Amino acid sequence: MEVPHLHILNETIRNLYFHVCMWFGMMILFIVSFIYSIKYLSSGNLRHDIFAKTYAITGTVLGVLGYITGAIWANYTWVTDQSQSLGSILKEPKLIGAAIAILIYAAYFVLRGSFTDMDKRARVSAVYNIFAFAMLFPSIWIIPRMVGSLHPGAPGSDSGNPALSFNDIDSKLRVVFYPAVIGWSLLAVWITTLKIRIELLRDKDLISK
Amino acid sequence: MNTSSITKKISLAAVAILCMLFSFAQDKVEMADTFRSNGKIYVVVAVCLTILIGLFIYVTTLDRKLRRMEKEMKNEN
Repeated sequence: MEVPHLHILNETIRNLYFHVCMWFGMMILFIVSFIYSIKYLSSGNLRHDIFAKTYAITGTVLGVLGYITGAIWANYTWVTDQSQSLGSILKEPKLIGAAIAILIYAAYFVLRGSFTDMDKRARVSAVYNIFAFAMLFPSIWIIPRMVGSLHPGAPGSDSGNPALSFNDIDSKLRVVFYPAVIGWSLLAVWITTLKIRIELLRDKDLISK
Repeated sequence: MNTSSITKKISLAAVAILCMLFSFAQDKVEMADTFRSNGKIYVVVAVCLTILIGLFIYVTTLDRKLRRMEKEMKNEN
């Protein structure tokens, strides 16, 4: 596929199909997890709790992968001065926000692990999951758009939305990018459903149909 | 001081200035390591491999969980 020829980025613009798709997939899975947490609170069905937990786990895996791939990408495009190192580059509002979001979800799993009573665990962690989802918005959607950053989407880079505004992303990239988002998200959902089926089989005596 | 020594000095100075200019021109910021060659395509390869390895590790943990469950089921029967 033909891609736009850009300075500094060069061929790495193709990372759009991988790095950005990880974050899209993460966001989709976290939305699903959020919905199942609400459904658990309204129904009290432990099935919904397992769904919420598993979607949050896969979402976090995608988030970690998105963070690692972003660090690799930044190492070869943002580090342009020889006095700079990856460590000095990673102090970015966008990256710190993403790290906070991932750590909040990591705390969700720690919280789950600290309960022995199943119903109490499900109820408290469902409430926490809703708060964790709410914290995503300031940490990865709002703050990175308010402060200057090297990442696309910051005020300095003259675009509103990271890699999504029509000034940022070329129509040639969109042809591959949107199917890639759907594909990676479906792959993540498929792995999650496999995990859910294992958990449902294991706990089949405890869960009412 | 004769004219030949003056021309020698001027030509020496010219050579020195030229050397300096050339050294500036060669002072490139981007290093010529593997990852920056071929339009940085290897960065894309590294990113792609990271995702594949990450998903592979995740699915492997899933596989181990399933195997443990199968073993427990066999023990129960």
